[in-house]
Amino acid sequence: MVPFARKLAQLGFPDLTAEAVNTLQVNLGWRCNQACRHCHLAAGPDRPEQMGQAAIDAVIDAVARWSIPVVDLTGGSPEINPHFEYLVQRLSQLDVHLLVRCNLTILLEPDHEHLPEFFRDHRVELVCSLPYFQKDPVDRLRGPGVFRKSLEALRRLNRLGYGREDSNLELHLMYNPAGAYLPPDQGPLEDRFQQELKKRYDIDFNRLYTLLNMPIGRFKEYLEKSSNYERYMGKLAAGFNPDIVSALMCRNLISVSWEGRLFDCDFNQALNLPLAAGLPQTIWDFDLPALSHRPINLGDHCYGCTAAAGSSCGGCLMKKG
Amino acid sequence: MSHYYEENDLERFSEIGKHRPELFDYFMNYYQGVMAAGALTVREKALMALAVAHAVQCPYCIDAYTRAALSAGSNMEEMTEAMHVAAVIRGGATLIHGIQVHNTVEKITI
Repeated sequence: MVPFARKLAQLGFPDLTAEAVNTLQVNLGWRCNQACRHCHLAAGPDRPEQMGQAAIDAVIDAVARWSIPVVDLTGGSPEINPHFEYLVQRLSQLDVHLLVRCNLTILLEPDHEHLPEFFRDHRVELVCSLPYFQKDPVDRLRGPGVFRKSLEALRRLNRLGYGREDSNLELHLMYNPAGAYLPPDQGPLEDRFQQELKKRYDIDFNRLYTLLNMPIGRFKEYLEKSSNYERYMGKLAAGFNPDIVSALMCRNLISVSWEGRLFDCDFNQALNLPLAAGLPQTIWDFDLPALSHRPINLGDHCYGCTAAAGSSCGGCLMKKG
Repeated sequence: MSHYYEENDLERFSEIGKHRPELFDYFMNYYQGVMAAGALTVREKALMALAVAHAVQCPYCIDAYTRAALSAGSNMEEMTEAMHVAAVIRGGATLIHGIQVHNTVEKITI
């Protein structure tokens, strides 16, 4: 397999650079009430990593100072962080679009059951994990009982208006494959999810995003143990699509770790692959002009974002129709 | 070569184009045109291919179209039904020949 950076250079992209920082993706910690088998961060209930108050305040200061239009809160389960609601309240007072990546089951946990109303009151856009419309693939990937709990959480969100037409409360679902294969085309799969979730469970949502499983973290361990790693990487490399390089999410996003360190994306964060030398490295010295056109630090995992229709936290990169 | 069927041989399929490459190109163009979304979806075509793979009992095709069906958003329920479609059509094709048995018996017995 040709190293990703060399592949780009061969195609005339000697340095992949950012074009802006429109989204600050904040990872509030690696603790999670689930321990999904594909998790690139190996998040779980026993992980101690949590963003502290000082970094939270620095995030708020950076968003306000540099007028960053979108803030994307992720984890682990971001809601577990004790400063989560403080952060959402403060950010909602700014002119910022706020998005939370929610695993759904956290909304049924004690001390978190009020969150659907909290999200509604702060007009938070939700991107919720639901890798299939059947129990078996979901529970195998995300843990026993997760599918049933996810449906219950979705029903609660629907009752508040989330995902319903004309409510302006956006509820999107995130699909990822339950194993060592690539995601389907996003459009037809979204149609199926809409039909099946409505027919089987009377559940509504706005959009379905497809996300490829990154060959790092816990998913890489699975690939290696199951002797799928080489073939999976070969599939990603063979599926390299030069047409979506310019749309890669790292070109418009900065990721902040629970420690307040800056990364080109959440995957680089998982791999501890820092920003290029000479750039601001933490949220405390965030400098928008210095970061907007920075060179991006690449690795072979980047084949995961450029395969086939492309993959990102906002779904596939190849927009059709 | 330790076995007639080797898993890695599937990825070597393009080597068939080593000789008379234009014939392989004809095949691949036809293949890609047929398997693309049309009146049937990519998922439906992958399931049909999986059923045919069982009928012709091709291990390469079963491997390839199990992966293709999953990658097209299918699931074990649908793939299992596809297998049963192959099984009943093969079974029906066997049984319908029983009419020849009846006909022959009719013809040669008193």
